Amino acid sequence: MARKRTPAKPRAPELDTFPKLLLDNAVRFAGMPAIREKEFGIWQSWTWDEVLGEVEELAGGLAALGFRRGDKLAVIGDNRPRLYWSMCAAQALGGVPVPMYQDSVADELAYVVEHSGARFAVVQDQEQVDKLLEVREQVPGVEAIVYLWPKGLRHYDPDLVRDFRELQAEGRRYNQAHPEFFRAEIEKGAGADTGVILYTSGTTGRPKGVVLTNANVLLQAWAGAEFEGLGSDEDILAYLPMAWVGDNVFSYAQSYLTGFCVNCPESASTVTTDLGEIGPTFYFAPPRVYENLLTNVMIRMEDAGRLKQRMFHYFMGVAGRAGKALLDGKAVPFADRVRYWLGNLFVYGPLRNTLGFSRVHLAYTAGEAIGPDIFDFYRSIGINIKQLYGQTEASVFVTIQPDGEVDPETVGRPLSNVELRLADDGEVLYRSPGVFHEYYKNPDATAETKTEDGWVRTGDAGLLDGNGHLRIIDRAKDVGKLRDGSLFAPKYLENKLKFFPYVKEAVCFGDGRDRVTAFINIDLDAVGNWAERRALTYSSYQELAGHPEVYGLVGECIEQVNRELASDPQLSGSVIRRFLVLHKELDADDGELTRTQKVRRRIIADRYAVLIDALYGDAERCQVSTEVTFEDGRKGSISADLLIRDAGGAPEPVRAAAD
Amino acid sequence: MAQAAEARTGNGAGRPAGEVVLDVRDISLSFGGVRAIDGVSFDIREGEVRAIIGPNGAGKSSLLNVINGFYHPQEGTITYRGVPRSRMRPHQAAASGIARTFQNIALFKGMTVLDNLMTGRNLKMHRNFLWQALYLGPAKREEMEHRDAVERVIDFLEIQAIRKTPVNRLPYGLQKRVELGRALAAEPDLLLLDEPMAGMNTEEKEDMCRFVLDTNDQLGTTIVLIEHDMGVVMDISDRVVVLDYGRKIADGTPDEVRADQRVIDAYLGVAHDDGD
Repeated sequence: MARKRTPAKPRAPELDTFPKLLLDNAVRFAGMPAIREKEFGIWQSWTWDEVLGEVEELAGGLAALGFRRGDKLAVIGDNRPRLYWSMCAAQALGGVPVPMYQDSVADELAYVVEHSGARFAVVQDQEQVDKLLEVREQVPGVEAIVYLWPKGLRHYDPDLVRDFRELQAEGRRYNQAHPEFFRAEIEKGAGADTGVILYTSGTTGRPKGVVLTNANVLLQAWAGAEFEGLGSDEDILAYLPMAWVGDNVFSYAQSYLTGFCVNCPESASTVTTDLGEIGPTFYFAPPRVYENLLTNVMIRMEDAGRLKQRMFHYFMGVAGRAGKALLDGKAVPFADRVRYWLGNLFVYGPLRNTLGFSRVHLAYTAGEAIGPDIFDFYRSIGINIKQLYGQTEASVFVTIQPDGEVDPETVGRPLSNVELRLADDGEVLYRSPGVFHEYYKNPDATAETKTEDGWVRTGDAGLLDGNGHLRIIDRAKDVGKLRDGSLFAPKYLENKLKFFPYVKEAVCFGDGRDRVTAFINIDLDAVGNWAERRALTYSSYQELAGHPEVYGLVGECIEQVNRELASDPQLSGSVIRRFLVLHKELDADDGELTRTQKVRRRIIADRYAVLIDALYGDAERCQVSTEVTFEDGRKGSISADLLIRDAGGAPEPVRAAAD
Repeated sequence: MAQAAEARTGNGAGRPAGEVVLDVRDISLSFGGVRAIDGVSFDIREGEVRAIIGPNGAGKSSLLNVINGFYHPQEGTITYRGVPRSRMRPHQAAASGIARTFQNIALFKGMTVLDNLMTGRNLKMHRNFLWQALYLGPAKREEMEHRDAVERVIDFLEIQAIRKTPVNRLPYGLQKRVELGRALAAEPDLLLLDEPMAGMNTEEKEDMCRFVLDTNDQLGTTIVLIEHDMGVVMDISDRVVVLDYGRKIADGTPDEVRADQRVIDAYLGVAHDDGD
């Protein structure tokens, strides 16, 4: 369905930094859109030569503020063209951009600001300015804060807080006085210089600042672009946090390398609409985004008319038989080809359009395992969704699934410039040009993770299959043993549970215990809809979560997982014996999830120790009171009386066949 | 929008009050034998947030309806920007820069947020409906100008995600925000808000407070606010008028009003045991 694409050509090796690429792009791609942003309801574009002008003015402004080579620039906000330009301006001046998570609370920000030693910051709005000012009260913070949106900031100290456009005006004057300055500074930069510091959220302890050189990011971004044949005619939607390495590579490095256009949504809440309007050709999302999209489709189909429902289900059946094979270029019977063609006309095409995927020829998912059903759904309707495996420390790419060799169980094969091996305990190690320089100011952690000869320990346990494809099971440190010695891989179980639309999050316990138990977080949308259909009334998340019928629903999901587990000889010990449904959603603000929404199981185990004890006791109910942090940083507490249930589907514990 | 706001003199807590915009003198309003407003006088100054509070039936909404020309008082005078106002109709009040929201939301429920906001521009549109229907030259240009103004309001109130959503599908708190948006689309000098936070949860209230303060601060709009929630009133108002049974019983800064014995009596009721 996608038209023929022209892959970009490799760039000259002397273009080894972002600003050097920008200077070249301003000529090579002059007049072509580099970046777009929706503002006041209209998509505004900037061409590559305009971007160069903007970056030059900003660099002048920063220099006038006193930004020196080696200085760090904090960048905080949603994906905005001006924030991407700020990164490039800092790099042009020999400085280092440090993008930070925009939803961090002041405490988290304080650590990163202090640790990185950022002297200046470019931020989106008042919310971020307020946080940085709060940080200044605790630690020596930034000297100047530049904001994009002036709303609410009129009465702030103008020496400390200034407008982005005014700084650019200052930069114009500075550049007129120093006409050679900008290009001379860019010339001083090199590939081996630090390009960016990215703080990883990490599941335990303080975040670590991953230092990536320009060469790390650019070489690896190019390897990825070349592998997929990306060209200058791509469109992507930049909506994932700028502090995340993937955004740095997809929305920044690959755009600078190939010249494709990056589109910034109007706001975080309009992403779905903007996706439909832009129709990206290359798309990236963590599994939960694909899950949510699919859940929404299914919920809306349940409300559709009978004819539409029948058509949908009939053609989804056809797609399930033929779609994946067609996408992989395999043989398909003629009758199914015709049916698929009809389905494409009536169902898949319109559906792709609704999802905003009409033009997508490449969609990545990574970060977590994706449910095979979800994965197959997208592939069967003709969306080339693929898994990749990567890390901040690797400048993203370690393995990618090549076109035509896509198996939902694996994460694909190592990229051409990546070496991969498995340690004796199953831990995955890799070595590539993208391997990070160091953890900033943390030589101990660097030595722990990176060996003398450049191999990086991922901390993930994996297996290689016959085709050389990697399969990730769990975090190496989380793989434990039950008391009877059988293998316990909690994430494997949790992922299986999370593949049910009703289960938003699951946390399994069992290491060193005699049986496995689980906490379940229900998905409010899916379970809410289910409850509505059954006329179950509820007034809050907590009430819905504690409803006996919801327990029944969750119990059925667990039963199904248990049946699958029981049939697997290696994992039959891990069947889930008892479970409870948590009274609140696990939340990053309470420290229960990382900012990238991964479960922090040790913290959860501490917070809910009472519940775990109850799961391993005989109680039918358990009282619990939990402290919660609201979005504005205030704290409160909620208490609940939780039900505890036994799970079905588990084989009876093996006993001597006495009677 | 912000640039436009720069030029105007904003006001807010602790800053000197501007000139008198609207002066209400000895107003009385009766419906048959019911005296809704009884000899009330107060003024509204440029750039302030002026609250009108009082128990149920104190005459707050009536007073607001007098200001925007919906009711005509039997006695007293209203002076708007130095000019004594005779019997003014609501649309004349709107044309002179007064916009309002309603206690029970009065939006076009079946229309989208965008269309509702566009109705707020109605008085500023000059082409007749035939021109607009044909959507040619000047009418098209005009439509684009108004759409631009509306988009700025959408941006200001952070409702981009619901731009194309019919109003009846929105939760109550958002509908209230949309109604504020429609009033703002008229670019008023004086904005009358009739219980903008009624029925909202804490988070919605906080959001609404922020938007009211931002409107006052960024756009320099003078705001008259009727509100039940005392916390909200005391937090965001510069000056407060207190009504009880149609009469003014106090007028001053939030602190002054809070300390006033008559206000305490009106709100808490006079204690039967003759206590404090």
